[in-house]
Amino acid sequence: MVQLTLPKNSQLTEGTVWPKPTGANRLAEYKIYRWNPEDGKNPHVDTYYVDRDDCGPMVLDGLIWIKTKIDPTLTFRRSCREGICGSCAMNIDGTNTLACLKSMDDVTASAVKVYPLPHMPVVKDLVPDLTQFYAQHASVEPWLHTETPAPEKEWKQARGDREKLDGLYECILCACCSTSCPSYWWNGDRYLGPAALLQAYRWLIDSRDEATGDRLDHLEDPFRLYRCHTIMNCAKACPKGLNPAKAIAEIKKMMVARQF
Amino acid sequence: MSSSSGSSMRTPRRRVAGLGSARSGTGHFWLQRVTGISNLLLILICVPLVISVAGEGHGALVELLRNPFAAVALSLALFSIAMHMRIGMQVVIEDYVHSEGMKVLALIANSFFTIAVGGVGVFAVLKISFGG
Repeated sequence: MVQLTLPKNSQLTEGTVWPKPTGANRLAEYKIYRWNPEDGKNPHVDTYYVDRDDCGPMVLDGLIWIKTKIDPTLTFRRSCREGICGSCAMNIDGTNTLACLKSMDDVTASAVKVYPLPHMPVVKDLVPDLTQFYAQHASVEPWLHTETPAPEKEWKQARGDREKLDGLYECILCACCSTSCPSYWWNGDRYLGPAALLQAYRWLIDSRDEATGDRLDHLEDPFRLYRCHTIMNCAKACPKGLNPAKAIAEIKKMMVARQF
Repeated sequence: MSSSSGSSMRTPRRRVAGLGSARSGTGHFWLQRVTGISNLLLILICVPLVISVAGEGHGALVELLRNPFAAVALSLALFSIAMHMRIGMQVVIEDYVHSEGMKVLALIANSFFTIAVGGVGVFAVLKISFGG
């Protein structure tokens, strides 16, 4: 059956409350999920206080401040700090988003609660293991497939056809959508998830691609595609404002269209 | 994620490939929508029929079911709803029951139950309609 409670070694405990920085006027309280695979302990939630006058406005700025000034063992991914690399995806204030795009001012709770992306194996602290997620993306073969010999210059595309890719190509593979999807939680081993399916659709409607039928064959499966029940968490979570649920609905329409 | 033994030795791509695409699911998806529409239409016909004899006793209901139009509408509604229930419940089972043996048993039980409920219902309507 589906797992509704956490296994014993995953249950959260209270962690350390780190001292408040001296001389700070404006404090932000952070409650952060910590787990170290090497100490044999259960995950715990540590409390930190960030001096907001000494720190940038985003949740990621606070995490970097904590790592620099309080606790260098705090582990998380980050790179571009401007919402284009997708590295700092995590669960903040109960929603999957990018720490670099989420302002501390927009957090609704009194403390900034930061957890790793839900229902993924954790490598350490806020770092999830996305191996399966990347393999699912690779399985839709997200590149141009053609049989016609390549033209001398480039594959041409009408302006209107190019516009069909807007709202799809912008995906940065941060995994916020897939890890917010209950269907992906319960059947993530067989359901491809919203991120991979959005990319599958991006290639299905590319006017230059010549493998549409093969791509649909690959997806036509009760689990790979049809586990999507239009829950819409994906569209709600996407920090880039994309709508994977709509892309999946369009794939289903293509599946039906080729039946009649 | 796979619980099968030795899965950790398999490459991620191998795990995602699984047993390949079943090349099905669209018929199921389409039927769920079509029976959704037929349920709506048939219920819009059947509910006023049942209300029209509410509180009028057994005789009035038997008289209603003697009408071929009413008997056919009620039989089709039972058939359509049972089919919709079967494929809807199948999705729920596939979502939440992950042990293969239990899943197969639940899917078979689901088919038996819905076909029995639909079959008995249609038989009852037809029996009354034909004067049994």
